[in-house]
Amino acid sequence: MNHIRTLIEKEWAEIFKNRMVLMSFILMPLLFTGIPLVMLGTMGTTSISGSAVESSLPAGAMALCPGLSGIECLQITVLSQFMVFFMLLPMILPAMVAAYSIVGEKTTRSLEPLLATPITTIELLVGKALSAALPAIAATWLSYGIFIVGTFILKISPAVQAYVFNPIWLVGILALGTVLAIISVIFAIFVSSQVNDPRAAEQISSVLVLPVMLLFVGQMIGKVVISLEFMLTTTAICLLLAMGLFYLGIRVFDRENILTKWK
Amino acid sequence: MIVCNGLTKVFKIGPKHKEDFAAVENLSLEIPQGQVFGFLGPNGAGKTTTVRMLTALIRPTRGTAKVNGYELGREDTQIRRSVGILTESPGMYERLSAEMNLSIFAKLYDVPDVPAAVGKYLNMLGLWERRHDPVGSFSKGMRQKLAIARALIHEPQTLFLDEPTTGLDPEAAKTIRDFIEELKTEGRTIFMTTHNLDEADKLCDIVGIFKQKLIAIDTPAALRSQLFGRTVVFHLGSVNPEWAVMLTAIEGVRKVETLENKLVISLEDPEKQNPALIRKLVELGADLQFVGEVRHSLEQIYLETLHTPKGENA
Repeated sequence: MNHIRTLIEKEWAEIFKNRMVLMSFILMPLLFTGIPLVMLGTMGTTSISGSAVESSLPAGAMALCPGLSGIECLQITVLSQFMVFFMLLPMILPAMVAAYSIVGEKTTRSLEPLLATPITTIELLVGKALSAALPAIAATWLSYGIFIVGTFILKISPAVQAYVFNPIWLVGILALGTVLAIISVIFAIFVSSQVNDPRAAEQISSVLVLPVMLLFVGQMIGKVVISLEFMLTTTAICLLLAMGLFYLGIRVFDRENILTKWK
Repeated sequence: MIVCNGLTKVFKIGPKHKEDFAAVENLSLEIPQGQVFGFLGPNGAGKTTTVRMLTALIRPTRGTAKVNGYELGREDTQIRRSVGILTESPGMYERLSAEMNLSIFAKLYDVPDVPAAVGKYLNMLGLWERRHDPVGSFSKGMRQKLAIARALIHEPQTLFLDEPTTGLDPEAAKTIRDFIEELKTEGRTIFMTTHNLDEADKLCDIVGIFKQKLIAIDTPAALRSQLFGRTVVFHLGSVNPEWAVMLTAIEGVRKVETLENKLVISLEDPEKQNPALIRKLVELGADLQFVGEVRHSLEQIYLETLHTPKGENA
């Protein structure tokens, strides 16, 4: 545990001394929180009549919001897209840091002295993964918290607030988002240990957001209905996937190859 | 203490990784505790690969080794705990301070009193005043000092120094050499690869000349003696060419050369043969002015060893 803690301490010191990386950890959650709040606020103060809003909604959208006004239904329709972004955030934020973690140390030649210490491969990978994932998870949870507080400040209707604060999104953001962050960092570290160029690692690692983007698109076109069962099942599957990826990451982490292969 | 038996490392190279390339072949050596071993060889000779094998960073293809009593391949974690390594490039964390760099490694090596160990080496290497500065702002010499401090932070029994003074200015190189001299007195085993043969001559108790295979290993003095014997120069007022022939007849004299007013004589044991030579020269009426021993540089030994086919050296 001490080695993992030391590695996290070192990684965080390096990450947060890099202004650009620090800015990405602050700016992206701010945007993901600010944009939906601004939209909610704007929709809440619109002078357009309820019937006009209802007619502008996609076909069948009103059927998904029984007993709600047109404005409320519009807010929920928009929000459902942004809630998926909160699940995307913990995947995007740490991917760049994790993708750099091994290959970056290789290119700056600091990996060899690190691997020469008694640190085990499991400690190294867990330390690298947690140091990238924990700030992203914390930033996501904080953003979600700020978003909920924002809906109260904006005096959003209780029905819409109930949608924001319902178990589906609690599971989706707090549990599935966390697991997705872990998958994202393990995958990025796995890629980072196999390539020789930090840019290649970042590019390859970014493909992992595609499934979540598909979920976003599927939901937008009405092909995917996000329910509590869906969230719980997806979380369980992703947890298994994370465990499998971690096992694979340990198996393919070859100190010798990493140190000696440059092509 | 380091003991290797037939240590070999073969890399797969070529476009499809199908060709074998032996970076290190059948390396056998024994370095007793407390000795400074100089591992000399040209670029690409396999020196860094050897250091990486002995520090349990890469696996040997064949052969066995014991480092500080721990068996390579079976007790790698213990080996890593008991050795310190100065890698070819310092590889420090540039955004972090010198103090933090050392502190991280002290913790990774489970050093019991981290601040004390960090303070000790920062002071010893003259970096205490700059301890809070990011390493990125350090000169090359300062980084190298810090990298040596990192290698020593856990008080290893054996220290591997991969080209410790390469690329440093003469002053920084001297500071590092002086520090290695100090380390010699502490009883650590030091395995040092270097291109600086003067440095190896000054610091090393044993040197090994290596190019994929170990070509020669001994003390610098013994290697000199094996290759060149010992050479004594007699400065005379004038030289009669016939004297060279006469002196060659004396037992223990290997070779006599005439060079202006000097006789350059290779001897097996100058302490035994010099009195007889001096007597003979006086008897021949030579005007003997000065007698001195010629010391072949390690560079001469190195070049002679590398470029002489094996078996012809002895």
